[in-house]
Amino acid sequence: MTRAGLSALWSFWRRNPLQLFTLVAGLALATALWSGVQALNAQARASYDAAAAVLGEGRYDQLIPAAGETVAQDSYLALRRAGWQVSPVLEGPLQARQARVRLVGIDPLTAPGGVGPMTRSEAATLPAFLSEGVVFAHPGIAEALAGTLSQRVVADPGLAPDTAITDIGVAQRLLGRDDLSRLILAEDQPIGRPDLSDVAPGLIRRASQQASDIGQLTDSFHLNLTAFGLLSFAVGIFIVHGAIGLAFEQRRAMIRTLRTLGLSLRRLMVLMGLELALIALVAGGIGVALGYVLAAGLLPDVAATLEGLYGAQVAGGLQLDPVWWLSGLGIALLGAVLAGAGAFWKIIRMPVLATGARAWAVATGRGRGCQGAAALALLGLAGLGTLLGGGLIAGFASLACLLLGAALALPLVLDRLLALGEAFARGVRTEWFLADTRQQLPGLSLALMALLLAMAANIGVSTMVSSFRMTFTGFLDQRLFAELYVEAEDTTQGAAVADFVQDRGATVLPIQWVDTHIAGQAAEVYGTRVAPAYVENWRFIAQDGTDSAVWDRVADGAAAIINEQLARRADLWPGDPLPLAADRTLPIAGVVGDYGNPIGQVVIGEGLFERLFPAAAPERFGLVTDTPAALRAALQDDLGLAAGQITDQAALKQFSLGVFERTFTVTAALNVLTLAVAGFAILMSLLTLAAMRVPQLAPAWALGLTRASLGRLEVLRALVLAALTGLVALPLGLALAWLLLAVINVEAFGWRLPMFLFPGDYAVLGGFALLAALLAALWPAWRLARTPPSELLKVFANDA
Amino acid sequence: MLLRVENLSKAYPGPEGPVPVLRGVGLQLRAGETLALRGESGSGKSTLLHLVGGLDRADAGRIAIDGQDVTGLDDPGRAALRRGTVGVIFQQFNLIPSLNVRANIAFQARLAGRHDAARAARLADALGLTAQLDKYPEQLSGGQQQRVAIARTLAARPALVLADEPTGNLDEATAAAVMDQMLALVAETGAGLMMVTHSPDLAGRLGRQLHLRQGRLA
Repeated sequence: MTRAGLSALWSFWRRNPLQLFTLVAGLALATALWSGVQALNAQARASYDAAAAVLGEGRYDQLIPAAGETVAQDSYLALRRAGWQVSPVLEGPLQARQARVRLVGIDPLTAPGGVGPMTRSEAATLPAFLSEGVVFAHPGIAEALAGTLSQRVVADPGLAPDTAITDIGVAQRLLGRDDLSRLILAEDQPIGRPDLSDVAPGLIRRASQQASDIGQLTDSFHLNLTAFGLLSFAVGIFIVHGAIGLAFEQRRAMIRTLRTLGLSLRRLMVLMGLELALIALVAGGIGVALGYVLAAGLLPDVAATLEGLYGAQVAGGLQLDPVWWLSGLGIALLGAVLAGAGAFWKIIRMPVLATGARAWAVATGRGRGCQGAAALALLGLAGLGTLLGGGLIAGFASLACLLLGAALALPLVLDRLLALGEAFARGVRTEWFLADTRQQLPGLSLALMALLLAMAANIGVSTMVSSFRMTFTGFLDQRLFAELYVEAEDTTQGAAVADFVQDRGATVLPIQWVDTHIAGQAAEVYGTRVAPAYVENWRFIAQDGTDSAVWDRVADGAAAIINEQLARRADLWPGDPLPLAADRTLPIAGVVGDYGNPIGQVVIGEGLFERLFPAAAPERFGLVTDTPAALRAALQDDLGLAAGQITDQAALKQFSLGVFERTFTVTAALNVLTLAVAGFAILMSLLTLAAMRVPQLAPAWALGLTRASLGRLEVLRALVLAALTGLVALPLGLALAWLLLAVINVEAFGWRLPMFLFPGDYAVLGGFALLAALLAALWPAWRLARTPPSELLKVFANDA
Repeated sequence: MLLRVENLSKAYPGPEGPVPVLRGVGLQLRAGETLALRGESGSGKSTLLHLVGGLDRADAGRIAIDGQDVTGLDDPGRAALRRGTVGVIFQQFNLIPSLNVRANIAFQARLAGRHDAARAARLADALGLTAQLDKYPEQLSGGQQQRVAIARTLAARPALVLADEPTGNLDEATAAAVMDQMLALVAETGAGLMMVTHSPDLAGRLGRQLHLRQGRLA
């Protein structure tokens, strides 16, 4: 009985291979996008977690060269002799057969506790590490290294991919170098040791990740990717839901017959469950493979981004983890269950003698009332969550309600828009076209919902990214407006720099600050020499008076400027009194955006600062000059400043923008992929509906419309629906962007990004959506236009 | 002569080669004349109707309507023929499900550029459809749907009305009522009517009868 039942069920797919393809392809694409993004995240996390665990990257402060990429061994020795607890690290590329290995040399005797693989490996002891020159390598490259090196190679899964680690002496021999890459600073340093600038003036200290809040930034990057993966998965599940729903509706008659013939409902459900699970596993396998290709393609950009932004090393090659495969198959099964649950429920409730002749589109249309109510409820919840809710979870819940509610509302909105068009239509073809389009809505609604989500995500994320880019550029202009930035060794050198630069006609802007607490919040108070450059470049998000009036008051010591973080945390805004010291309170004249900085800041005039904090003296200076190259050369040649003490801020700005652009290459690629999946959903829906369309279109053909014109109208229909969906997607995408910028970002990071609109970008996106719809509609329309009259006549045939 | 069919042949492809359906059929029909086409299932009645109505192409022979040879018309030409010259009433009604009754009745007349709202209203009234004008096809009974199909055809004022078992899906009483209305209205327009039917009674109500047997006129 089971075999007969399975055979009967499977015969449906044999007769409808296109629907089977739609189901498998939809599930495979959903799995691919999800698992691809997860693979990227996992790979990146594993890489820098492994690097941090083994090399102490991120856990300890480090000394790095102020200029260039190497540290002289003499500097290391000088620091050790002076009492500094530092440990050397050498890094370099090594070719082992086809593999490019990142070889890292460490000194286990001086390294802080926990750094190095020998502390947790039983395969090699510390003496062996030191005397025999053991090389620990990630398993992926161990064999290649063993065949290349004379040293003993031990595979260590705890290492970052493509990474090998050995004693620093061995590393220097293998890399042919006698210098170092950086020095790790132990947490406990002896008191009274000489200043770094005295012992090793070419080195600067880089703070550990804990201090610079990098974890939060990497998390935001991964959150961005995960959100996209989830959205792409949702788009794919819309396709699968449509395919399963249609297949189950078409099989109602068969299911009724099977039950009439004695197959129990329970056994039928089990068989259909098995059938769906099998399809899901096959689709999941394909999806995971596709996801691997996707992740491998995007990994170089992700690696470059993470390295550029956070200095985190990510392997260039993707590792195949069995857990990743299993989770990919699991998500495919979960997706199939989610998409098929409704159809299963309908079958369970279907009486044995139920009619089998129910039109799928009509059946779907009957649920419109419930769908509208659910859409309204979800949109209401989104509004309430935004207005009343607090916290990140409420923000994301509002986002989910908004997207789901809008997707559910889309068919109803389109129906009303088309009905409005019908009311104003002139001409019988237009009226019929609009009425017929309305009739097609239930069958196309899932694909259109997928398109809506894809377009809204594109609009929302591109608005967020572009707003972020504009704000970030403005912020860089604001903070890096001085052409050069000089870090003096001490206040004496600082004073010399100021005199030297002023003599050459450049503007000197001393940067001096003290760490303190303001209104119960940790904050930095800056004493600023107000110059026209500040008035020109700094932009306030809230202010009391004009820009120049604000700065005039600051220069006079009559007011202060604070950053947004402090404003939001302490609820201080222009006009509010700011307690600076026990006997000194200033009114706030302006609040300035300070993106990415976790600490509150207060800016007051230089004179007042010197009176309030007489012990502070400037060691850092911004230099505004028309001839930065000449001034830099003069500072080095005439004043003896090291290259590492002078920063070319224009180059820094260029570098920062470059890193930023690369960050969103990944986002842009996922945008395009999501839109492509939505286009695929439309194609599959149109192809699936094509067979149903013949009986609907045959009467119009019989009454005098040509097959060619019917084909053209089918293309036009897809374009009209895509355009109307685009119209709905625009406000939805902007709402999504607003939620991301004004709610979620504030909850996550404490500052709000201004939102800018980019009509040109939206128009281009609309063009892409229309192109996707056009491409999706061409083939079905072409097939319709080529339908032989004999096929159309079958609709009318009683006999021959 | 409204319709002149000469030596018309048509075959459909079959697993063992072409299967002839019509073999050299010829007939004539004057304006205002009514003709019943009878024959067993598979005798080629509907195929003849489809060829005359420009829904399909003949393999050989000639069809002239109002003196115009329509045999060699291309796809747009045959579409124009269906819009303006002939009207086809099908057994399955074939209404446009997305349009309401009023729009369905007006549809072909508007395509032909001959829409007359007053005439459409009169037809609806004559066929007892006035109360159904705002309903959709799925909300109508079979008899009501066939009346809408008849009204749609006659509203376009075609020179030639072709009907393929127009009452085949209706019960006897409804079929008789629909037939009465259709014949009266066709007579009023002066159009020619060629109707395929199995029913000897219905055929007997038309001016002339022809029998098809194995693709030939008996």
